Amino acid sequence: MSKISLEVNGKKITKEVPDHTLLSVFLREILNLTGTHVGCDTSQCGACVVHVDGKSIKSCTAFAADLNGSKITTIEGIAQNGKMHPMQEAFKKLHGLQCGFCTPGMVMSAIDLLQNNKKPSDTEIRDWLEGNICRCTGYQNIVAAVKEAASKM
Amino acid sequence: MKTFNYHSAKDVKEASKLASSNSAFLAGGMTTIPSIKLGLATYKDIINIKNIKSLSGIKASSKTLKIGATTKHVEVANSKDVKKAIPSLAALAEGIGDPQVRNRGTIGGSIANNDPSADYPSACIALNAVIHTNSRKIEAEKFFKGMFETALKSGEIIEAIEFSIPEKSNYQKYPNPASRYAVVGVYVAKHKGEVNVAVTGAKSCVYNDKDLAKALSKNFSSSVIDNVKISSSGMNSDIHASAEYRANMIRVFAKKAVEAC
Ligand SMILES: Cc1cc2nc3c(=O)[nH]c(=O)nc-3n(C[C@H](O)[C@H](O)[C@H](O)COP(=O)(O)OP(=O)(O)OC[C@H]3O[C@@H](n4cnc5c(N)ncnc54)[C@H](O)[C@@H]3O)c2cc1C
Ligand code: FES
Ligand code: FES
Repeated sequence: MSKISLEVNGKKITKEVPDHTLLSVFLREILNLTGTHVGCDTSQCGACVVHVDGKSIKSCTAFAADLNGSKITTIEGIAQNGKMHPMQEAFKKLHGLQCGFCTPGMVMSAIDLLQNNKKPSDTEIRDWLEGNICRCTGYQNIVAAVKEAASKM
Repeated sequence: MKTFNYHSAKDVKEASKLASSNSAFLAGGMTTIPSIKLGLATYKDIINIKNIKSLSGIKASSKTLKIGATTKHVEVANSKDVKKAIPSLAALAEGIGDPQVRNRGTIGGSIANNDPSADYPSACIALNAVIHTNSRKIEAEKFFKGMFETALKSGEIIEAIEFSIPEKSNYQKYPNPASRYAVVGVYVAKHKGEVNVAVTGAKSCVYNDKDLAKALSKNFSSSVIDNVKISSSGMNSDIHASAEYRANMIRVFAKKAVEAC
């Protein structure tokens, strides 16, 4: 067991967890933050993307014990005072989702893109979202949503 | 998933002391964690080495570029020093996996793992790298031993990889559409007096194609490549590409790389 202290969506949390607890399991099963999805076992689908100290990572491929002391933001933590994040607004407005399974990861990954590149081209958006798989939309509206968010942020 | 004991080492000595035949170092975890999840590997101890400051960072000198083992792919891709000294190496790092893999995965983890389709091993061979460990220095040619096999002994830790800065170099790959690992990757580097043509993805382990290297050392022009025989014997054949296809891609990429140099 490891005792870990970290900040999740602005709240300080200290818990004792088994050493092999994945960050995705920690978030979903211990903190009940089920917005972070788990779609694969091979670190390839990106449904589980969250931010650790501001950078996007796959929460299914990190141990909670390894993130002691870090700041984590999940999809539940990006709305401000009940108002959706511009990236969420854009996905909603432009139908950047159908079933919604990939969406939390898409949104978290796309926000990290705009932190690195304020005005990405279509190609840059597609390159960046390489690690996020969507089986519904065909990506067209996801790219459009990221562009829309970039113009608003 | 089978559990293990997690440790976070404060220095190389402690990490090495904690290691056993039943342990793994945890750098980016981008190979170790999926392997544990899929039940391909089990460990008694997992030893985090990311908090060891001396293992991370990039240092350029006039002749070499030294990259600490736990330096992340994203750091190599964005480094001004790497872009200036060996732009092809920054481009290689930028082409690994996806942003989330690059935000965690490390150069040391990649070469210690020695996946037959990994990108960095080809850079080590092409750029005459020297692998610095906690006990010795190993030339890249002697480091990569076979499929997922290296010269590392149990408990031995890679501290840094030192690349020779070439006159010109370029890396070309056909990425697996899902993972971006190289179905075939060719790294051409022209040093003073010699050329290396490192190939990854084609066989069970990265190698220097001696025939291509020799031809290009005599005349560094893509026109000489058509006269070199590239045999598909011993090459991988799988759902991604046949051995013959891979052999042909080596020719295509070697030409492209020379032309892009
Ligand atoms: C979805 C996905 C896509 C990927 N795409 C690519 C790609 O396109 N190209 C590519 O090349 N790679 C790719 N990778 C692999 C990635 O580059 C990782 O960096 C690599 O798997 C291992 O690095 P790591 O730091 O994560 O190592 P870890 O998983 O932490 O460790 C791997 C192994 O290396 C050992 N090790 C780690 N550091 C050291 C050290 N300093 N000294 C001695 N031993 C050490 C560990 O004991 C362990 O056995 C991909 C991975 C994923 C999950
Ligand atoms: S669940 Fe993490 S990448 Fe698929
Ligand atoms: S909306 Fe269904 S997987 Fe993307």
